[in-house]
Amino acid sequence: MKNIYTRVFRGGNGLASFVAVALLLLVVLPCSLDIFRLNLLGKYLTYAFVAVGLVMLWGKAGVLSLGQGVFFGLGGYCMAMFLKLEASDPVSTKIQSTPGIPDFMDWNQLTHLPAFWIPFKSLSFSLCAVILLPTLVAFIIGMAMFKRRVGGVYFAVITQALALILSMGIDSRQGYTGGRNGITDLKTLCGWDIRTHHAQYILYFVTCALLLGAILFSQWLLSGKVGKMLLAIRDREDRVRFSGYDVSMFKVAAFCFAAALSGIGGALFVLQVGFISPSLVGIVPSIEMVIFAAVGGRASLYGAVYGTLLVNTGKSLFSENFPQLWLFAMGGLFIGVVVLFPDGLAGLCDLARKKTGLAIKKLRAGSSSITAPEIAQTIVKGEES
Amino acid sequence: MNSNNSFLLSIEDLTVSFDGFKAVDALNLFIEKDELRVIIGPNGAGKTTVLDMICGKTQPTTGSIKFKNSELVGLPEHQIVRRGVGRKFQTPSIYENLTVFENLEVSYPKGHSVMGCVAFRRTKEVVDRIHEMAEEISLQDYPDIEGAFLSHGQKQWLEIGMLLMQEPELIMLDEPVAGMSPAEREQTAALIQRICKGRCIIVIDHDMEFVSRIAHKVTVLHLGKILAEGSMEEIQRNPKVIDVYLGH
Amino acid sequence: MMFAYTGAELWNIAVMQGFAGLSLFSVLLLMALGLAIIFGQMGVVNLAHGEFMALGAYTVYLCSTLVSNHAPALQPYYFVIAIFVAFLVAALVGLLVEWSLIRFLYKRPLDTLLATWGLSLIMQQSFRSIFGAREVTPTLPEWLMGSFKPTPSIDIPINGVFVMGLTLLLTFGVWFFMFRSRTGLHMRATVQNRAMSDAVGINTKLVDRFTFCLGCGIAGVAGAAFTTIGSTGPDSGSRYIVDTFLVVVLGGTASLLGTIASAFGIAQAQSISEFFLEGTMGKVAVLSGIVIVLMIRPKGLFPSKVRTHS
Repeated sequence: MKNIYTRVFRGGNGLASFVAVALLLLVVLPCSLDIFRLNLLGKYLTYAFVAVGLVMLWGKAGVLSLGQGVFFGLGGYCMAMFLKLEASDPVSTKIQSTPGIPDFMDWNQLTHLPAFWIPFKSLSFSLCAVILLPTLVAFIIGMAMFKRRVGGVYFAVITQALALILSMGIDSRQGYTGGRNGITDLKTLCGWDIRTHHAQYILYFVTCALLLGAILFSQWLLSGKVGKMLLAIRDREDRVRFSGYDVSMFKVAAFCFAAALSGIGGALFVLQVGFISPSLVGIVPSIEMVIFAAVGGRASLYGAVYGTLLVNTGKSLFSENFPQLWLFAMGGLFIGVVVLFPDGLAGLCDLARKKTGLAIKKLRAGSSSITAPEIAQTIVKGEES
Repeated sequence: MNSNNSFLLSIEDLTVSFDGFKAVDALNLFIEKDELRVIIGPNGAGKTTVLDMICGKTQPTTGSIKFKNSELVGLPEHQIVRRGVGRKFQTPSIYENLTVFENLEVSYPKGHSVMGCVAFRRTKEVVDRIHEMAEEISLQDYPDIEGAFLSHGQKQWLEIGMLLMQEPELIMLDEPVAGMSPAEREQTAALIQRICKGRCIIVIDHDMEFVSRIAHKVTVLHLGKILAEGSMEEIQRNPKVIDVYLGH
Repeated sequence: MMFAYTGAELWNIAVMQGFAGLSLFSVLLLMALGLAIIFGQMGVVNLAHGEFMALGAYTVYLCSTLVSNHAPALQPYYFVIAIFVAFLVAALVGLLVEWSLIRFLYKRPLDTLLATWGLSLIMQQSFRSIFGAREVTPTLPEWLMGSFKPTPSIDIPINGVFVMGLTLLLTFGVWFFMFRSRTGLHMRATVQNRAMSDAVGINTKLVDRFTFCLGCGIAGVAGAAFTTIGSTGPDSGSRYIVDTFLVVVLGGTASLLGTIASAFGIAQAQSISEFFLEGTMGKVAVLSGIVIVLMIRPKGLFPSKVRTHS
């Protein structure tokens, strides 16, 4: 138990970051915002799951996926299919020509439920699918690509193509998927009305709790050998391979982990917002989710949460007040973060911390017996950041 | 002359061609246990390519590489490593953002699978082994220094240490003393002679003084073929070798 | 269904369908050429490539407005000049982008991806602010309108033929430039061994800048050519970007021939599948097919074989 504690919070520093985020999400924001804003915030936090996954995949393992919307969407659709079936009971759909099937199927002249929808009548199946379906898809793609050493830019472009394919595919099969409008009018979860303020409060806290749990779990993974392996793979893939590791399996695992997190995020999105559509799957949302992680600091789990909240709050402020400027701001953000602040907010924090640390070490170096490489390390690090 | 059981490594009829150019041409090479073999040869002789093929980085066009009587050709790199083949690269290849301790820890041959990594614990056994290795490669004073801040020679030693962590039976060193100071060369030569016990080592190098200090037997490669093989004195007297090295 | 047609009608359908495939082929190739140069030669992924095409198209639109307002007499001829202007404008903006952005990111290809995406957002919004959200069409000269009618029932649009001709010309031009000119030699040398090129006195930084410029300029020409087929809107560019990338990646990045072959294959597959499958399903099928092929042959159909240096 104590071991887990030290691994997750790594001294006082990790604990401080965790407490700060937890306080912000669980106390400060719920106390200061009305339920409409809080619900909006809850929606943003579901994107933070994707961003945390990207920190693991991109920041730590060095693999950039521009198709995380695919997994967010898969998780979301799994959840939405269950809710839609519950909302489409024969009584409330009795005006349809075929009662008991989702309304969009009826509009598209379907007369019975397609086979792949039937298992989603079960809540436990749907909840499993929320996690397992994205993981499975990521596993198949990852095995096909990483085993053949496809990486870097190729992987990014191909995952981007996947996002396009899935969003176009959903769009074009309206009778089976709800098409461009997506799956809408979701009402209850096992009889519990998810549209009430009370439910929205509960769902917000559930989202926060799961997100914090995901961060702690990721932190636990990173503090052990897995974290070192991912770093090693990012920096010197060849050496890892020649130390007897199957590098591709580590990348597959990171990709699957990120996909599973995205799926959970998607499901929570559906529960809080009440719909899902292909517009959350395509190229644009997928690449925007990357910028959430980049703004927070691509290698910082806590940064991912701040980055997501900041960019989305900025987006809603801009689009309420200066809609025409939003794309300029977003474009500038992409360029600025990449060129000027590749380590994002977390990098800026580290810089501030190291500046003070450097001064202290320099003082100490004069008096005590610090070895030359140690001083070199401190100085170079200070200058680098 | 089929695979003779007394050799640890037997390479037979090994050929690789890049778009028609034969970088290694029908090479036969046999190395015994406890042997320290040095491969020398002018640039482009195919020395590095031979090592690349043994460790699975390059696939040969034809031929066989048998290690402890089992075929290596066609195996993925990590499988070859797990069978006991270690490779050091020409430029020092260490994890610059990990500390010396972590560099050695990552090379510890336990927890190779993803799940194995998740379950891996830093036990006393692991820590002791790492400290022992740090001592062996003269880095015992810097366990917490990140790899990036080591000197060039220290990086080379660290990489050798990372190989040794896996206790390989065949070690391949590609120019281990390139860029080292004379004192560091001394230390490296001593290190190589120490670690040679119980395994075999293949070294590629250009530095004749260093080669004559460590080599049991020398193989001279030229244009992808073996030009001469024998003890250092034999090689130095061999007219063909003199012609290749000095004739141009 | 087939039996409802007579032999002559089937022949006409085949000709028209074949022409549609060829037309799509030249469109894809034209889009991919500039990108293939930048990606293949420099390894830089320019996600704003589509916006450079839109830039070319808007340049033609501006020329057209200018000519019809001030010199209506030049109306029949302006288009040819406008294509050159489109090349120059796109190349100049490319130069600016390389100088201010891309050159800092050569060692970080994934970051280039994100930065050029940001650039594409900014360019899109600039188009929207300057030209409005509505799609625009330049006034085309008379000679580009209408169609050939070799037989009464076959109808071949002249603008399609024009785009094909331009593609042919540009492809040949690129080939000639890359393989027969001294600058092209420098570009190829830089790709193969940057350090060596530096050592023999090639200014590789200048080569990079020039390559990026050239790729952007060709994108501008592609955009100019597309004004003869369709209208131009602020987000026209983003619609093509994935297709364009897949053409380049499928062809194998280092080979002009590969790009041509893959554009041809994708165009034929798409026009055939659109004939059989309704709506966007045809496109989904083709894209999925490409992705599957890329999973099996990640280096593309025409990979270059060289010893890799570690």
